Amino acid sequence: MIAIVAFFSFPLAAHAEGETIKGTLEKIDGDVREPVAGVTVTVESDGAEIGSAVSDAEGNWEVPVPGPGSYLVRLEVDTLPEGVALTDPERSELPNLTVRDNQQKTARFNLGPGLVTGNVSTLERILERFVIGLKLGAIIAMASIGLSLVFGVTGLVNFSHGELVTMGAVIAYFFHLSPLGPGWPLIVAAIPAILATAAFGWLNETALWRPLRRRRAGLISMLVISIGLSFAIRNVINIMFGGEPRTYADFAVQQPITFLGVRTVPKNLVIIGLSVAVLIGVGLFLQRTKTGIAMRAVADNRDLAESSGIDAERVILITWVVGAGLAGLGGVLEGASETVQWDMGFKLLLLIFAAVVLGGLGTAFGAMVGAFVVGVVIEMSTLWIDPNVKNAVALAVLVVMLLVRPQGLLGTKERIG
Amino acid sequence: MNWADIFFDGVLAALGPVGAAYALSAIGLNLQFGYGGLLNFGHVAFMMAGAYGTAITVDLGGSLWLGIIVGIACGGLLGLLLGIPTLRLRADYLAIVTISVGEIMRLVARSSFVEPLTGGVFGIQAFANEFFDLNPFSPGARYGWGQFVFQGRALFVSLVGWALVGIGLLITWKLIRSPWGRVVRAVREDEDAARSLGKNVFFYKLQALMLGGAFGALAGALLAIEQQNVNPNSFEPKVTFFLYVIVIVGGAGTIIGPVVGALTFQFLLFFFDSFMSSAQQQGWFNWAGFDATDAAQVKLVLVGVGLMALMAFRPQGLFGSREEMLIGDR
Repeated sequence: MIAIVAFFSFPLAAHAEGETIKGTLEKIDGDVREPVAGVTVTVESDGAEIGSAVSDAEGNWEVPVPGPGSYLVRLEVDTLPEGVALTDPERSELPNLTVRDNQQKTARFNLGPGLVTGNVSTLERILERFVIGLKLGAIIAMASIGLSLVFGVTGLVNFSHGELVTMGAVIAYFFHLSPLGPGWPLIVAAIPAILATAAFGWLNETALWRPLRRRRAGLISMLVISIGLSFAIRNVINIMFGGEPRTYADFAVQQPITFLGVRTVPKNLVIIGLSVAVLIGVGLFLQRTKTGIAMRAVADNRDLAESSGIDAERVILITWVVGAGLAGLGGVLEGASETVQWDMGFKLLLLIFAAVVLGGLGTAFGAMVGAFVVGVVIEMSTLWIDPNVKNAVALAVLVVMLLVRPQGLLGTKERIG
Repeated sequence: MNWADIFFDGVLAALGPVGAAYALSAIGLNLQFGYGGLLNFGHVAFMMAGAYGTAITVDLGGSLWLGIIVGIACGGLLGLLLGIPTLRLRADYLAIVTISVGEIMRLVARSSFVEPLTGGVFGIQAFANEFFDLNPFSPGARYGWGQFVFQGRALFVSLVGWALVGIGLLITWKLIRSPWGRVVRAVREDEDAARSLGKNVFFYKLQALMLGGAFGALAGALLAIEQQNVNPNSFEPKVTFFLYVIVIVGGAGTIIGPVVGALTFQFLLFFFDSFMSSAQQQGWFNWAGFDATDAAQVKLVLVGVGLMALMAFRPQGLFGSREEMLIGDR
């Protein structure tokens, strides 16, 4: 039984004394070992810098950390002296170093003789960031269409939409890597992930939102219910999946290629290409098919749509299924591009909100435009500001947009009321 | 399974400093959400503003009492900054911006470029000595009967906390009976009706948001003082959800609701937590492969489900009255 005093503490990460991450940098050239001094090693947690250290004359470095947990340790490659390089250039970061209570954890970097790659020009850096921004925008677009369309047809801002993204990524992980799963390649595992998320969207609508609408629940209670749902799902995922971030085995490490003069990893290009194809598909669906037109009609004016023979309830259900499936796909892409984590969708939700408000709540095309703008602006901003707070840029976009043009770039005025 | 231990874990958590701080914070959220109908999904950001405002002021050489005032002012100011772009729009926009701010403030406080001010991930420690110098109880001694025991330090913080809650209730009661309170409730019920009577709806909402934010900030300062530590990890989004459950369980839009809610919620949360922890140790969940962390997280799932169920089936809370709480019927 836990001591009584422990119950007075506010939920706070245990702050035990004395956890550190340390290591010794040595250049190993055949049988010759020599210490490497003056190299910076940075430790981060959840994207925030914990601290950094410079290796001393013996090659030793040490960074104290605030407590047990998982940390990212990065060797700053540009601080390596001439003639010293990582034997594996991809291993400049150790993403998931777990530190236990009072542990002095050793982080190893293998150094050997070699040349550090030349400096990258500013233009190349801008172009690289631009492509990464497009990739982020593509993922946000996948995730935000559903949120925006559901708002359009039902008037509900679904605060649990981020959890659909997480579900997509986690279910794909199950079919891809889980010891209980079939171990399919990621591309195959993505299919049941998208289907399961779409099915969950169907369940959401039929089991929760439709009955609530029938009971004429107010906007405020629906919003509170959606945020309660978000909290419940997120913690169920945390229990089942665990708190540590994990990566897919496929496409995890890729050699950068040069495409149209921009250096980037192939998966970024694939993600952008795939999303553009899907977005064009969604666009055609909304413009050309009967269901798509009905969807826009219900979003525009439900009563008018119903009086011209459209089954609004059916349209809403289809919107949920399509939107949830897209969010699931977005989750798989985000997982392949970064890591799979229990709260990844919640973190993405802020960017989704920025995108849909920028583009105009309720419009699918607005969400697409907004997503790419937000993605590119966020990634480009890291050229000037600390990358750890890049999401604050999304918040700035959101607030400025609400002040200047609250209906969004493509929205209509009466929605914001 | 020792039921007495489990029971007293719940009782002590409810009456302890955290219970008092949650009640105080919930008074603020009740003003915003219960009386004003404002969907503030980032109340933890206001608590964070109060905690950091206090700690940073002391860290820069101010006294603790000045720090608390600065903290409360920071909470009000945050309300102003969040309210201006959102309160003219539909209810969802405030929710969107506040939930974002709740997350971003934590990230910014952790980041390296404000570390000289906030202490980054390590936070700021030992800034509340002035408060504990006033402690009339001896800090390590135990006060109470049987298993109902507080240490002197916790007892002092709890008493101060509940005294502040009492003052907060008095202020709420006075405010809500005043013409100001009637306008705020009228705005919640029907904005257009209030506007047609010549009331500046935007300003009333802004004032309710700022005032509630100031209560949240005071609660944040209290928690920080109790811990002698501010740290970004203390201000996770889950605190906001706890406060929503507290406000709704106790009855949103009732004076005493936040206190009833905080006592009920803290008791149930820690009773359940303690129960799950000993059940896990006795191997009840071996079939599911639950470790201690998993068992502790089940309570968070229940918080989410509880919030949904309350809002769907009993929006007036366990003890509230249906007439006051018409939010579910709009």
